[in-house]
Amino acid sequence: MEYLVLLGIALVVGGFLLRLNPLLVVVVGALATGLLGAIAQGATLEPKALGAAFIATLKTLGKAYNTNRNITLIWMILPLIGLLEREGLQERARNLIGRIGAATVGGILLAYFVVRQLTAACGLTSMMGHAQTVRPLLAPMAEAALDKERATPAPDKVRERVRAWCAAADNIAVFYSEDVFIAIGAVLLIVGTMKGFGVNVAPLSVSLWAIPTALCALVIHGARLLMFDRSLRRETEAGE
Amino acid sequence: MSWPKTLDLHVAYYVCGALFALWAVLSVLDKDNRKRWSNGLFWALVAVSFIAGDAIGDVGNGVLVIALALIAGFIGLGVGKPATTTPQEREVRSRKHGDWLFAAALIVPAVTFVLSLSLMAPQLTHSPPLTLFGQPFLGKDLQTVVALAIGIVIALVISMLWLRPGPVTPFQEGRRLVDSIGWATILPQALASLGAVFVAGGVGKAVSDLTSSWIPQDNAFAVVAIYTCGMAMFTIVMGNAFAAFPIMTAAIGMPLIVGRLHGDPVIMAAIGMLSGYSGTLMTPMAANFNVVPAVLLNLPDKNAILNGVIRAQIPTGALMLVVNTALLYLLVFRF
Repeated sequence: MEYLVLLGIALVVGGFLLRLNPLLVVVVGALATGLLGAIAQGATLEPKALGAAFIATLKTLGKAYNTNRNITLIWMILPLIGLLEREGLQERARNLIGRIGAATVGGILLAYFVVRQLTAACGLTSMMGHAQTVRPLLAPMAEAALDKERATPAPDKVRERVRAWCAAADNIAVFYSEDVFIAIGAVLLIVGTMKGFGVNVAPLSVSLWAIPTALCALVIHGARLLMFDRSLRRETEAGE
Repeated sequence: MSWPKTLDLHVAYYVCGALFALWAVLSVLDKDNRKRWSNGLFWALVAVSFIAGDAIGDVGNGVLVIALALIAGFIGLGVGKPATTTPQEREVRSRKHGDWLFAAALIVPAVTFVLSLSLMAPQLTHSPPLTLFGQPFLGKDLQTVVALAIGIVIALVISMLWLRPGPVTPFQEGRRLVDSIGWATILPQALASLGAVFVAGGVGKAVSDLTSSWIPQDNAFAVVAIYTCGMAMFTIVMGNAFAAFPIMTAAIGMPLIVGRLHGDPVIMAAIGMLSGYSGTLMTPMAANFNVVPAVLLNLPDKNAILNGVIRAQIPTGALMLVVNTALLYLLVFRF
């Protein structure tokens, strides 16, 4: 009976696979998991018991939604980004790459990666991000660098791949360096959870043990970015 | 709704709520959008959540989430197309404004940086923390997020004074972007809430019972690998390593790596959490990292299970899982 709740996960995965609206899938999946969990924990199938389980799930969902509002706060930036785009920010970012002689896609992404790692390691995770820097600055720069080495504009498929790599560089850089900062949520969560197991952990030691992984991420993704440049070059040569 | 006495998260929520309320009004007034009422209602509900979320109670918030999901799933949102500049106009304007456009864009990170530093500096120099009207400066919760919100407002005000658009123009441009993102604006928040329901429903215990029933308990490498890969797998399902960490650590980390094999709990915890991030890189459930940028960057496969962003990340994620497993195995029994 305990494993009944796993059906909730199956429901969410199935909904995603069937390409139903993800927001609807998530909310239905949450309500179903809550009901299945109550049944697994011994609730009967009578309307009264199910009704109580439904209300309890609704409360858990609503409470979590309200406490997680900070995630959606980032969209406050859209009027600024929209205004600057209207005035030609992306065009200017492309122009900048035109003025820098040796810029390549991989080189730009690697430079961004290093800056993102360093600032995130200082706790400045919100300083850069997909809305703040990737869409208005990094992606147009990378696309401009892509076009620079070609006689004709790159095909859409290649441009889309470059844009996806911009987002990936931001994610990977921030994930593997934010834990180096002692007051980031992940470190505080580790300290709190371990305290629950009766182990006292100093935030500083958690941060120190995050450093080897941060360096490995730089080496691995840095190498992949340089290889990405080579594969883009091969594609250009094959296409022309 | 009590009036906040300090610049904290709630002030940022009120400002953001006012912005969504404005988008709701502008959406309803947009006669070219066939679904203007649907957009108006959706953004109005998001505004209610930001402004009155603490007042409407847990049941109220739950009903609000269901309403948002029903609008998105059954009525759908339209994409308003407020007037903007053409590519040619943008080229001309970008030449006129020059590199000052970067300065305007970089105000946000610069202000975030300075405000965050002003919070950290007193800790480093052991001087008393900054206060504003007797309250902690930037409040107590998520101070860097509050700093980011302040940076956004300052940058918008400066840009409007410099570029002199009409008073509503930036908000119409913002609506152009928020409509192109659509219901995906709140998907990350909804997924985080799903994680909370999963935990409350006992998903964690079910999974840990499932894994610990067949584990070879005295093979140190196998135990470490199951812990790190379990973190990654669980994160793929939940979309969040934070949800996976307490569960996997209670099921395998503490009893086996620390208890039975005498590994160091700090190293296990630090690298265990990082192992989970490999999962974050590989799953559409981590919508704010993998789906939102795909929408922002207009990737055609944004709603595919493995969209372009995730496909670009999978090799690094897989290699990092190998690295973290090796690091954990080599370090945890040595210190």
